[in-house]
Amino acid sequence: MSLLNRTAGALYRRPRLRLSLLLTAPLLWLAVLYLGSLSVLFVSAFWTTDSFTSEVVKVWSTDNFHELFTVPVYRQVILRSIGVALAVTVLCAVIAFPLAFYTARVAKPRRRPLLVVAILTPLWASYLVKVYAWRLILSQGGLADWMLKPFGLSGPGFGLPATVLTLTYLWLPYMVLPIHTALEQLPANLLDASADLGARAGRTFRSVVLPMVLPSVAAGSIFTFSLSLGDYITVQIVGGKTQLIGNLVYSNIELNLPMAAALGTVPVVVIVVYLLAMRRTGALSSL
Amino acid sequence: MEGIAIQLRDLRKSFGDTTAVAGVDLEIKDGEFFSMLGPSGSGKTTVLRMIAGFESPTGGTVELAGQDVTGLAPFERDVHTVFQDYALFPHMTVEANVAYGLKVRGVPKTERLARARTALAEVRLEGYGTRRPAQLSGGQRQRVALARALVGRPRVLLLDEPLGALDLKLREQMQVELKALQREVGITFVFVTHDQEEALTMSDRIAVFDQGRIQQVGTPAEVYERPATPFVASFVGTSNLLEGESAERIVGTPGTYSIRPEKIRVLKDSAEPDDPDHESPDHESPDRDTPDQESPDHESAAGTVAEVVYLGDSTRFLVDLDAGGRLTALQQNLETSAEDVAAYRGSRVRLQWHRRHTVHVPDPR
Repeated sequence: MSLLNRTAGALYRRPRLRLSLLLTAPLLWLAVLYLGSLSVLFVSAFWTTDSFTSEVVKVWSTDNFHELFTVPVYRQVILRSIGVALAVTVLCAVIAFPLAFYTARVAKPRRRPLLVVAILTPLWASYLVKVYAWRLILSQGGLADWMLKPFGLSGPGFGLPATVLTLTYLWLPYMVLPIHTALEQLPANLLDASADLGARAGRTFRSVVLPMVLPSVAAGSIFTFSLSLGDYITVQIVGGKTQLIGNLVYSNIELNLPMAAALGTVPVVVIVVYLLAMRRTGALSSL
Repeated sequence: MEGIAIQLRDLRKSFGDTTAVAGVDLEIKDGEFFSMLGPSGSGKTTVLRMIAGFESPTGGTVELAGQDVTGLAPFERDVHTVFQDYALFPHMTVEANVAYGLKVRGVPKTERLARARTALAEVRLEGYGTRRPAQLSGGQRQRVALARALVGRPRVLLLDEPLGALDLKLREQMQVELKALQREVGITFVFVTHDQEEALTMSDRIAVFDQGRIQQVGTPAEVYERPATPFVASFVGTSNLLEGESAERIVGTPGTYSIRPEKIRVLKDSAEPDDPDHESPDHESPDRDTPDQESPDHESAAGTVAEVVYLGDSTRFLVDLDAGGRLTALQQNLETSAEDVAAYRGSRVRLQWHRRHTVHVPDPR
């Protein structure tokens, strides 16, 4: 007991020691595993491969990046990946907003936590299980086809639309949650004040609710955008022949590691640009 | 233009099982500075919110300028509100906040900006138009909220404890400014407050609320000098009631009586056989002039000083009466110092006041 007390007292008098004990492990983790591997990625992106032996040649060169921008397939895949990420983000925002409006402001306060849990439940299920479930839904003669048949339509099948649809389903909770929180925290008296000054519901929504919730939509979009941009499993399962950046990285790892690294830096750069753009909306402070 | 701005008839509001407003009838005149005074939970804010249209009444009607608006939405009423915590739109500049009501009503941009600037000048905030509410102090936000509510020149301005969040100095300054502004623009102000001093200082008339009902409506002087119920007597000003047996012994007839503390004189009781060793402080009597001893116009009561509270400009004596009960007397510190009055603690005194200051308070129950 007295030893414990003395230790506690010694720690109490040495704030720097306390801080270092607290942060050493996480900082090591961050520096070695995260920043370390990221810098290895960047450095190796500037190496090349011997085309006969597939051995990595550790000579500085920008050939890989030159190839990225000149070979049409690479360009197409990069643009397609960004397009998929944007489409998923927009779809998530469009679906999440009314949903969050209901859970945060329309539903009875007692039910709200329950509804939030319900929205988060899919996150508890395995990623693969969910994606394979979508594969079943979208397969030929599957649930989508069966439901659309009475209307003379058929499901989207496997391909780009299926990929967007499945990714939207997967990342939706990440969009709903920040919007729900923002709407829940929106002071009721701002809505009162708007009505008091003569605004109808539509005007209040456009002029007060939407601008105040927009940073949270941007915050949610950071999740949906970066998660979509990095995904390569969903597209393999429901994407048919569609290829995204992740697939190219995956297929290059064995034969041309420096090229895979160069491809891997693309989403990193895109996401940094995206984050910088979102910072202007104030999204980073509402994360 | 002595019209009626607001008419409430048997207004009621319940939230589930709790009754917030239990039947309020009220008439507020055009151009009046009208205060609704009461403790928290007395229903005053709910009444205000029903006038604004944020709450719909469980029963009764609200009329604005003779028109029944009970079922109308807030945006259909010619009434603007200054909220307790200002409710400024944080994502808009000060100017955009003030111009919002005009924009919503389709006033052209150049005109609404000009009017917003005038309104900001009215509340002495010229040059603050491009700032955000977060960059302003509490008092400045208060003024922006005021300008925003006044710029559309509503028929009635509702103010929900607008000075509650300000510190004392700023609050006193804003009280004076608000009153001046109201005189200048001539709009009916309905002012909700729990601060009796604020209500007394600013209002033309006051309605005192308790438990969802109006206890009394009157001018500040009427409410203060002639409280209609024991609640009003104790909530407005210092509670000073004579009740039951002691009232019967002192006043002569049973009942509840209110005597304002500043009307009562504290006299050193010379009839008391004093301790000869104890130096009597009566040469420093807080009263300068000797009152007529047993004048028929005066009521008097003997007692012991239980506590002396020195307040700087005045002193409060808490006196336990021989007849039972306790009265508070307030004396100006004209000649006396803190030491002088402290000597009164525990000594025998006689309290004296003019008969006309004994106000019979009918108990409604």
